[in-house]
Amino acid sequence: MRVLQRLLGVPRIGWAFVAPNLAVLGLFTFLPIAINFHYALTGGAQLYPTERPFVGGENFAILFECTNHFDPSTCRKDLFWRAVYNTGSFAMLQVALMVLFSLITALVLNRKILGRGFFRGVFFYPVLLSPVVVALIWKWILQREGVLNALVQSAGGTGIEWLNVSGWAFSWTVFVSIWAHMGFYTLILLAGLQAIPADLYEAAQMDHASPWRRFSRITLPLLMPSLLVVIVLALIRAVQVFDEVFVLTGGGPGSATLFVVQFIYQTAFAESIRLYGIAAAASLVLAFTLLVLTLVQLRVTRRSVDGGRDA
Amino acid sequence: MQFRHLLVARATAVVVASIAGAALAGEIRVACYSDGNECEVTQELAKRFEAQNSDVKVVIDKVPYKAIMETLPVQLAAGEGPDIARVTDLGGLSRYYLDITPYVKDPKAWEANFGQTLKWLRSSPNDKGIYGMMTQLTVTGPFVNKTLFEQAKVPMPGPKATWDEWAVATRQVAKATQVPYAMAFDRSGHRFMGAAISQGAKVFDAKGGLVIDDGYKAMAKKFYDWNRDGTMPKEVWGGVGGSTYRDAFEEFANARVVLYLSGSWQVARMEKQIGKNFDWVVVPNPCGAGGCTGMPGGAAFVALKRTKNPKDVGRFLDFMAGDAVYAEYMAKTNNIPASAAVAKKGVEYNVAPAAKAALGAFVAQVGTVSPVAYELQGYQYNRALFNPTAQRLGQAVAGEMSLDDALKRIASDVDEQVKAATK
Repeated sequence: MRVLQRLLGVPRIGWAFVAPNLAVLGLFTFLPIAINFHYALTGGAQLYPTERPFVGGENFAILFECTNHFDPSTCRKDLFWRAVYNTGSFAMLQVALMVLFSLITALVLNRKILGRGFFRGVFFYPVLLSPVVVALIWKWILQREGVLNALVQSAGGTGIEWLNVSGWAFSWTVFVSIWAHMGFYTLILLAGLQAIPADLYEAAQMDHASPWRRFSRITLPLLMPSLLVVIVLALIRAVQVFDEVFVLTGGGPGSATLFVVQFIYQTAFAESIRLYGIAAAASLVLAFTLLVLTLVQLRVTRRSVDGGRDA
Repeated sequence: MQFRHLLVARATAVVVASIAGAALAGEIRVACYSDGNECEVTQELAKRFEAQNSDVKVVIDKVPYKAIMETLPVQLAAGEGPDIARVTDLGGLSRYYLDITPYVKDPKAWEANFGQTLKWLRSSPNDKGIYGMMTQLTVTGPFVNKTLFEQAKVPMPGPKATWDEWAVATRQVAKATQVPYAMAFDRSGHRFMGAAISQGAKVFDAKGGLVIDDGYKAMAKKFYDWNRDGTMPKEVWGGVGGSTYRDAFEEFANARVVLYLSGSWQVARMEKQIGKNFDWVVVPNPCGAGGCTGMPGGAAFVALKRTKNPKDVGRFLDFMAGDAVYAEYMAKTNNIPASAAVAKKGVEYNVAPAAKAALGAFVAQVGTVSPVAYELQGYQYNRALFNPTAQRLGQAVAGEMSLDDALKRIASDVDEQVKAATK
């Protein structure tokens, strides 16, 4: 230590301590980001960065080339835009339903019901499963000769191609995603509910406040910081959706469940002629979206902390 | 600055790769995927090779087909990977192949035996190198549920029947036997192209570039209509996304479809899974304006440039390509030989009569394959046509876009991919 101090001097000794972390961060975070930028600004199908010709913003221009951005079929990279719209629809629907169901579940589990510990475990259990396992379980349930169709047929109904009809396939990806992740958000909301002082409810009860009034005037406002964190976290996760859906539907039927991350994966790794530049450009667009969402999350979190302090 | 970082990263990657991935001196690693038992038989023959060459150890790494298609190209581009691999993207990976001509005993014998398929592994017509050997020659063609035809009392169309005649006949059979679908194709551009060439697709224009011509469009129209009118199950092509491969084997094996277009590599699986459930036969490829052809193809063991033991790699492939060993390999794996000498002598397959007849039917079709189909199979960027075919026709079948839009997209995708590959 003394040798180091003598070598670097006291003001710079801090750098010696953070150097290992900086090296790891640089190697595994900043270098890949720099390489990603390099790929996004170069063309061709070559993997080695030095063999790729510089094309400037051409990959971004290709991605954004559309006659009408609201109609993917008019875009040069129609699949990218289909993926963007699918991801947008998925995120909005999944986050709204996820928050709703998580809130209801948390409210129920916060009450003194029989087997509360067991039910908390049941709702949290899917979170522990690997996304691939989740997708395979649901694939067995939803495939043409799956469990669900067997039940439908035994009840006298006709089997439905759950994963081969666009609307159904999309709906099931939303449902499966909610099923898999709801436990995590329920836990956050449960912690938020338990932090609400019980005497507020007692006072409201003494004033004969109705259950709805207690919920809307006490629970909801005091749960809002947790709720906002849940919304932003769920939104970020929804935009990144890939593994469960890739195994469950493979992006089909057609491109009904193709999301942005799968588009990137397919373009870079699943095609025989790999358009790394387009994939890297798309991943930067996604990264920018996630950056915005993360900034929103930070702002929301900070505001909720400050709000808590003010209170 | 960034460039210097990249160089450092590249140098680091090369060092790490050489430490982590390299075979030991005298050891060769073979990345092998199986259609049936190819890797097990290779292992058995490798033991015999090791007994004759005590200084070489052959390690067979059995990998899924997806790893060969998706992981191997990235490994090779990064300078990593095995010494030998069993691949199906024959021309697409040619820049990574090692020329083993200096290491084989008799290059002329290789040329004489494998001349027709050696060119599939070469990067250009001027290239005369030897890069590997086909472990199987495949031909696409239709499997037909004969029992259903008999039950329906519908005569099976003859050897020169057209796709339309087969569609009519199989629909009659499906209706009479209450089978849900008349026909199914594997979800693969390769499978589709056999039928398209039969409809008159020329595939290449005067400059040698890929083209979506009237023959291709005619087959696409038929295929689209068959999927829309229920002749074919929509879920095979429309049920998944991207250019994902999906076979229709289960549909056929469960007697849910009368005719199934796949290829010779399915024979062993047919024998194993269908057994005596029903009688099945392989029929000649249906005809059209361009002939009655399937697509040739197959898998090859290729030597890879990154090997540290090129001599041992050459010796092992030379051993595998020897007439006796190759004939044994074909007999045990139930594959069609690519070696002219072995094909001429004939292979004694030890399989049930139905499988034997099927293999015979496929062998007979090798000679009728269109030159256009051979040219397409040997074309370095053939997947630039195969993949968009599966993806865009799949989208059209799923009802996401019209057939006309799908055809336009196929043409632009092909153009974009070939341009990127040649940039």
